Amino acid sequence: MTEVGTRSLVVHCPDWPVFASGPAPSAALIVVRANRVVAASMAARAAGIDVGSKRRAAQRRCPSVEVIESDPGRDARAFEPVASSLDAVTPGVEVSVPGTLAFATRGPSRYFGGDDQLAERVAWMVSGALGDRWPVRVGVADGAFAALLAAQRAHRRGVPTLVVPSGATPAFLAPSPVGSLLEVVEVPDLVDVWGRLGLHTLELVAGLPRGDVLARFGPEGVAAHRLASGLDLRPLAARQPAPDLVAQCDLDPPVDRVDRVAFVAKALADELHARLAADGLACIQVLVEARTEHGEVLARRWRHEGALTAGALADRVRWQLDGWLTGSRSSRPTAGLEHLALIPVEVVAARGRQLGFWGGETLIDERIWRAVARLQSLLGVDAITVAEVRGGRGPADRVARVPVAAVDLAEARPAARLDAVDEPWPGHVPAPAPATVLAEPEAVQVLDGAGAVVVVSGRAELSGAPARLRRQGRAPATVAAWAGPWPVDERWWDPAHHRRRARFQVVDAQGVAHLLSVEGGQWWLEATYD
Amino acid sequence: MAVPAPDLAALRQLGERVRPLSAASERLLPVPPAFVDLVPLGGLVRGSTVATTGGAATSLALALAGPATTAGAWCAVVGLAHLGLLAAAELGVSLERTLLVADPGPQEWAATVAALLDAVEVVLVQPSHTLTPTTQRRLVARARDRGSVLVQAGGHVRVWATQPDLVVTSGASQWEGLGAGHGRLRARRVEVSVAGRRAATRTRHGVLWLPGSDGHITRAEPLAAAPRAADVAPAPLRDAG
Repeated sequence: MTEVGTRSLVVHCPDWPVFASGPAPSAALIVVRANRVVAASMAARAAGIDVGSKRRAAQRRCPSVEVIESDPGRDARAFEPVASSLDAVTPGVEVSVPGTLAFATRGPSRYFGGDDQLAERVAWMVSGALGDRWPVRVGVADGAFAALLAAQRAHRRGVPTLVVPSGATPAFLAPSPVGSLLEVVEVPDLVDVWGRLGLHTLELVAGLPRGDVLARFGPEGVAAHRLASGLDLRPLAARQPAPDLVAQCDLDPPVDRVDRVAFVAKALADELHARLAADGLACIQVLVEARTEHGEVLARRWRHEGALTAGALADRVRWQLDGWLTGSRSSRPTAGLEHLALIPVEVVAARGRQLGFWGGETLIDERIWRAVARLQSLLGVDAITVAEVRGGRGPADRVARVPVAAVDLAEARPAARLDAVDEPWPGHVPAPAPATVLAEPEAVQVLDGAGAVVVVSGRAELSGAPARLRRQGRAPATVAAWAGPWPVDERWWDPAHHRRRARFQVVDAQGVAHLLSVEGGQWWLEATYD
Repeated sequence: MAVPAPDLAALRQLGERVRPLSAASERLLPVPPAFVDLVPLGGLVRGSTVATTGGAATSLALALAGPATTAGAWCAVVGLAHLGLLAAAELGVSLERTLLVADPGPQEWAATVAALLDAVEVVLVQPSHTLTPTTQRRLVARARDRGSVLVQAGGHVRVWATQPDLVVTSGASQWEGLGAGHGRLRARRVEVSVAGRRAATRTRHGVLWLPGSDGHITRAEPLAAAPRAADVAPAPLRDAG
C-alpha cells in the first residue's frame, strides 16, 4: 500500500498578529519584527504593502500606516479562545503557531458526516468564537502541510473552506511554488538552492528520487521532499511512542499569577529537557496541562517541527496560561493553579544542532534564560528589553527598546547591529553618537553675547552667535565652539506628528559637548556627549 | 616530507582568538588595546568592581565593557534610562548580547543586580541610592563567585560603602572638529587616570582618543601639545544634509 499523509484539518486565520494587536481591523496596520513586515491588514495590503518587505519600504508605500511591534505572546493569548472553541469537536487540537491550528480529521469527520460538513462546522464555530470580526479559513487535505496550503488557497479565493479530496493531495500540491515549504519547515537555504536549480514548483521537487535528495541535501532535504510529495513530515513508523517522561509539579499554595507560573514552567521545561536529552530525544509535540484547585483542567498541545527548546517550551506555557488566566470571565478559571504538567506527546531522535565554528550561530547560555525569567517575575514582563537599531535622525530615534519576550535571544539578531539600517538618512546627526540621551529633553536657554535668547528664523538664520548655555539649577556655561543650525523637517505629511526643528552641537568651556535643538523658539538639551 | 615552518605569530594570534573566555588562566575580561597598560594586569579582573567618573564617565564604562561583549560575553544594563545605546554600539558594545533592565527602584535593586551577576559577565549600573555595606559585600561576593564584573557608569563613587577595586576617572577633555559656527564633533581627547585598591594603588595616567576621528579608541598625545581645532583654518562651508 502506498503511503499517504494523515488526513488533517487546518484552521488558518490570515494575518493573525494584526487581529491580535487589537484596533479596528479596517485601519492600515502592519506588524513588524526586526524591521520586516510579518503581517499586514487588508487596508495595508490594498496600499501595496507585502509581507516580508522592509518597514521603511512599507511606510513609503503608505505613510499613514500604523506600525506595531511583533509580540508572539500577545498573538498566542488572543488565539487561546479560538483553540478552546474547538474542544467540543476534538481533544487533539494542536497549535503550530498562533493563528494556525491543526487536528487529525479521522474521528470527527465520521461523527459530523464527512470532511465538507466538518470543515463548514469548524469554520462556523471559530468565526463565532471571533465574533465574525476576522476571516477564518479551513483546509482539509492529506497531511497538515497540504491542509495549510488549502486553507491559504481558500483565503485567496475568498471562500471559507477548501477540501482536497482524499488521494488528490499530490496533484493539489504540484503547482505550488517551492517557497511554500517555508510555511512549515525552516529551510530557506534549501528553497533558495532549489529555486536556482530550476525546481520552482513542488511537483518538480517531488519528482526527484528520494535517495538522491537524501544524499545531496541530507535529512532536511528529505523532510522537505516528503512534504512536497504530500506525505507527513516523518513516516508514521519512525515516530516513537513517547516514553513516560512527564515533568510535573504541585503548586502549593495555588498560584493565580502568570509570571509566577512561568517561573515554575521554566524549571519544569528544564527538567523535561534534561531527561529527554539523557535519552537522546527531542520533543516535537508537547501537552501542557494545568489544573486548578477546583479541578478545572486546561490542556493544550503545542507542536514545533524544530524541536522545542526549554526556553521555547516555557514561553508556550506562559502564552497558554496568559490566555486562560486573563481571558473572559466565563472561560477564566475560578481558582488558582495547583498542578502543572508537561507531557511529551511525540518525540524524535535528537539530531543535535550544529553550531557555527567561527561565531555565527551561538548557543545562548542557560544562565541568561534563568536570569531573564527571574527578573520578569520580579519586575514584570516588560522591564527587560533589548536594543534594536532603527532608521532615524536624532540619537533617540535610532535605537528602540524591544521587550525581550518578543525576540529569540538564542538566535543571532542582525537588527541589533549598527549595519542593520543600510538606507541613508539625510540630515541625521553624524557619528560619534552621544553617550547620554535624555528620555525627555531638558528645557534650556541659549544666549548670545548681548544676553538675548538666540532666535532661529524660519530660513535657518541666527539672531546672534550662541555664547552662553543656561541650564536650570546650574551655573551658566560659556560656549567655546558650536555648529548649526541643522534644520530638520520631519513627517510634514502628517499634521499630528509633524516636527520642525533645528539641531546644534555646542562645546562648553569645560570641554563637554551637548546636542541642542530649538523648536518653536524653545531650546532643548537632547543629549550630552559624556 | 618537508613540513613548512609554522607561522608562529599568526598561530599565536589565532590562539588568542579561539581562546575561550572562561579558560583564561588569569581570569581577565578583555579591554580595548588603548586601555591595556592603563589598567592593572591589562584587563578587567573577573569578580572585581569598577567605577567610572568624570565628564566622560559613560563613554569610559561603555568602552571598557565593549571588547568582552564582542568576544561572546553578555552584558546587562540596570537603570541608566539615559544611556545612549547608539554610542554604546559605536564604542564596541555588542547590542546583540546586551540586556536592558528598567530601573528596579531601591527595594529590588540588589536582587536584580545579584540575579544579573549570576548570568552575565558585565553588569553596568548607576545606583541612585547609597548602598549599605551588607548589600555591597553580598554583591561583591556574588561577582567573585560567578566571575562577573560590576561596573558603575558615572554618578558618585561615594554610593559605595567601600571603594571599588578600580576607579577610572576622566579629567580634562577636548573635542576636535567643532569651530565657531562650523564643523561637527569628530573626535575627543580625554585625560584618563586609573586608581584603586590592591594592584591599582599606583595611579596610572594616560590620554585617549574616545573616540578618535575614525571611531576607534586609541592612545593620544597630551592635550597641550596639539593645535586646537578652532585655530585651524575653518573648513569650507557645505550643505549638511
